[in-house]
Amino acid sequence: MGTVDLDPKVPPGPLAEKWDHHRFSVKLVNPANRRRFTVIVVGSGLAGASAAATLGELGYRVELVTFHDSPRRAHSIAAQGGINAAKNYRNDGDSIQRLFYDTIKGGDYRSREANVYRLAQVSVEIIDQCVAQGVPFAREYGGLLDNRSFGGAQVSRTFYARGQTGQQLLLGAYQALARQITAGTVRLWNRTEMLDLVVHDGRAVGIIARDLVTGELRRFSGHAVVLATGGYGNVFFLSTNAKASNATAVWRAHRRGALFANPCFTQIHPTCIPASDEFQSKLTLMSESLRNDGRIWVPLKKGDKRPPNEIPEEERDYYLERRYPSYGNLAPRDISSRAAKMVCDEGRGVGETGYGVYLDFSEAIRRLGRRTIEERYGNLFEMYERITGEDPYTQPMRIYPATHYTMGGLWVDYRLMSTIPGLFVAGEANFSDHGANRLGASALMQGLADGYFILPYTVGDYLASTKLDRVRPDHPACREAEESVRRITARLLAIKGRRTVDTFHRELGKIMWEYCGMARNARGLEHALSKIPELRQQFWEDVRVPGENEEVNQSLEKAGRVADFLELAELMCLDALERDESCGGHFREEHQTEDGEAVRDDERFCHVAAWQYQGPDQRPIRHIEPLEFKYVIPTVRSYK
Amino acid sequence: MRIILHIWRQKHRDAPGKMVRYEVEDVNPHMSFLEMLDVLNERLIERGDEPVVFDHDCREGICGSCGFVINGIPHGPLRGTTVCQLHMRHFKDGDELYLEPWRARAFPVIRDLMVDRSAFDRIIAAGGFISVPTGSAPDGNAIPIPKEVAELAMDAAACIGCGACVAACPNASAMLFTGAKISHLGLLPQGQPEREQRAIAMVAQMQAEGFGACTNVAECEAVCPKNIKIENIARMFRDFITASWTRRPPVERLGGAG
Ligand SMILES: Cc1cc2nc3c(=O)[nH]c(=O)nc-3n(C[C@H](O)[C@H](O)[C@H](O)COP(=O)(O)OP(=O)(O)OC[C@H]3O[C@@H](n4cnc5c(N)ncnc54)[C@H](O)[C@@H]3O)c2cc1C
Ligand code: SF4
Ligand code: FES
Repeated sequence: MGTVDLDPKVPPGPLAEKWDHHRFSVKLVNPANRRRFTVIVVGSGLAGASAAATLGELGYRVELVTFHDSPRRAHSIAAQGGINAAKNYRNDGDSIQRLFYDTIKGGDYRSREANVYRLAQVSVEIIDQCVAQGVPFAREYGGLLDNRSFGGAQVSRTFYARGQTGQQLLLGAYQALARQITAGTVRLWNRTEMLDLVVHDGRAVGIIARDLVTGELRRFSGHAVVLATGGYGNVFFLSTNAKASNATAVWRAHRRGALFANPCFTQIHPTCIPASDEFQSKLTLMSESLRNDGRIWVPLKKGDKRPPNEIPEEERDYYLERRYPSYGNLAPRDISSRAAKMVCDEGRGVGETGYGVYLDFSEAIRRLGRRTIEERYGNLFEMYERITGEDPYTQPMRIYPATHYTMGGLWVDYRLMSTIPGLFVAGEANFSDHGANRLGASALMQGLADGYFILPYTVGDYLASTKLDRVRPDHPACREAEESVRRITARLLAIKGRRTVDTFHRELGKIMWEYCGMARNARGLEHALSKIPELRQQFWEDVRVPGENEEVNQSLEKAGRVADFLELAELMCLDALERDESCGGHFREEHQTEDGEAVRDDERFCHVAAWQYQGPDQRPIRHIEPLEFKYVIPTVRSYK
Repeated sequence: MRIILHIWRQKHRDAPGKMVRYEVEDVNPHMSFLEMLDVLNERLIERGDEPVVFDHDCREGICGSCGFVINGIPHGPLRGTTVCQLHMRHFKDGDELYLEPWRARAFPVIRDLMVDRSAFDRIIAAGGFISVPTGSAPDGNAIPIPKEVAELAMDAAACIGCGACVAACPNASAMLFTGAKISHLGLLPQGQPEREQRAIAMVAQMQAEGFGACTNVAECEAVCPKNIKIENIARMFRDFITASWTRRPPVERLGGAG
């Protein structure tokens, strides 16, 4: 493996002009030549669908690969709350500068200024694009777009479509994509899972993918590869991610040389429905937008088992309002989550397991009327009732934090290109914009910014400025990658052990939640680092994968994904151990103030950690990209 | 609780299928239906059998992946609910349930309860979009849209593309799905320029895929997990008929402009 170039390639000039400067300096591909270039896009979520549609509109040939049966099913569909944009339609003091500032601060000063500024800049175009596509955003009576506020912000800049914002944005992107499929620029490969990246001469030139219906392996070759394959929160087994979300695409690219940045930066979302039992297969998010009107509390006394309606006002502790008077129930996610854990650890949690806090709407219903609440959150309330059998209009919801989002991901430079030339990474799969903590409603914004507005420029620039010979599918590099996939599959099927894939996944999840979850410490992480390799070894000796390769085989699909999680988990713990500070979602118990706030160490850790793979069971190498703050001076993040 | 399941098992598209009986013991009423199937599958694998194949992903009723027929009803007995959001507290100890895949010519079975719904993608690709290349949009507030109109469009846009409407219809018609998309886009000012063309193209594709006609049985509306209304089918007919009567042949784009 050659030397590593972690130059972020940030364009020169003042912050506000960098993106313009970059757009002007990129090389353009002549429209007539575009169809000679093939771009492989893996993933059809917001990032992948928007990138594929836009590249198709420009005239490139796009191969779109997704393991879903339809592009519209990607996990983005489940996003509820909304999407941020610095439109300042409310005239409440918002601006590009403020969205930039909020995002940097929310990320606890662990993201790259230039990227974040660009994100804030293009945010306004995203809304325009989506409205034009027919996304039915919520409107006011005058017919103009409505906004709400979200955690970590004091302005109302979040656009939403009931509680189904992700669905509507994804359908918009999917429809744009469908149009390109008809136009013949995009070819869709559904139920097809990428299992390896093909690298030749140090460049990404293709992928190997398995047809999930027939088991056949297919070699795709192209001039550039875009991974938009989502986050890796399912390493915890229980998370709010869709069941099939996984890290295989990014992990296999990592094994082929792409550096993995800040793997320990995971986000725990404060408002999820608490887990009930061993059979629990996933956790359900209750959108953070609920915190606009709901008040969070627990009983003041330990072990108070009275029903919530019988606990008088003065015996309730609205702990967020108490500790963070200016942000109150809208304190950022990491802070709210830890505060919930703290009160539950004190024995003041509610519900059968004691791991839950109340989210109470009674006051809002009295103030605004049931109809308004119904209009704002109707489908969320319904979902809650369906799952728990309890009616949130008459008794408070019970919520608890759960793994939700991963800020870490493949390292990319300003152009969203990984350390493998020709391999671009977009959406949740990259590490780019959210630092150590993502603000609510900013993932949808980032996914669409990457796909609609950034990649189309930067991929084009790469294609125009690089001399590229197309590697054919029968090239030795493609054959070697295919062989390697074949070997992994054969090995998994041959073990014929005693334990199902899910039992390993659950066990891994427990280790991660316990030692690499909401709060971490060196002892726990070291313990996890000894446990995970053991579990991995057991997996490779004792997993039972029924059936064959040449058929629909969901156990085989899961087995490959869990095998990768078993490696990624170790890297996460290692990264968490090495980052000997608290920042954002990464809370090291050794580094906190007396009242439990995170303490950053800017002297030693104001950088991105990017890990380089060194082979199976070898310790990876940690590289760093220093972060410079020229426009926002890092201070102690305060939401008090 | 103990639940008795009869599940359609079919190895692949061209293989014959049959119902197979399973008993699941210790079902917890708080489980979702799919969690109950997870438990069954874990036990099947442990005893050396092949697990039951079914599509699912979000388990929150939004992605549209899941869906099969329970005792003759797509998505099961609870109205407005996908099977992933159906909980076992709605069943009784000893219940006997028959699980079958969506049955429609245009939705071939892939394996067990998993079917191929790509016909829906092709209907959307035929015209279920607004042609607006990235970068060409006016300001989001340039065209005010009355709140009621936006809400109606949103009602239609809520369709998750699960296919239950087709499975419920005696004619295997896809009109609720297609009508929902035609309504969503046709109600909005942005959707007007292509409104007629869209209706014609999508209806034609729907027929080409082998979906049946609508005879007003309204079973689709009854099983739709997102409560999509059949008034959307009426809107589709209106657009389709207006378009067929008044439309001139499409204007050919002439070259030579540059
Ligand atoms: C419940 C929930 C609610 C959320 N709400 C909000 C919100 O309100 N606002 C907000 O901003 N963010 C929200 N988020 C976060 C946001 O939804 C995600 O971060 C974002 O949608 C990710 O989009 P993506 O395009 O990067 O990836 P995804 O949408 O996850 O798409 C990944 C795609 O990659 C494909 N894929 C993956 N691996 C492979 C492979 N190996 N081979 C082939 N295909 C592959 C999948 O098929 C899929 O098409 C929420 C997240 C959750 C879990
Ligand atoms: S109309 Fe209803 S039943 Fe039909 S696909 Fe849409 S959501 Fe499913
Ligand atoms: S699994 Fe997504 S709708 Fe049921």
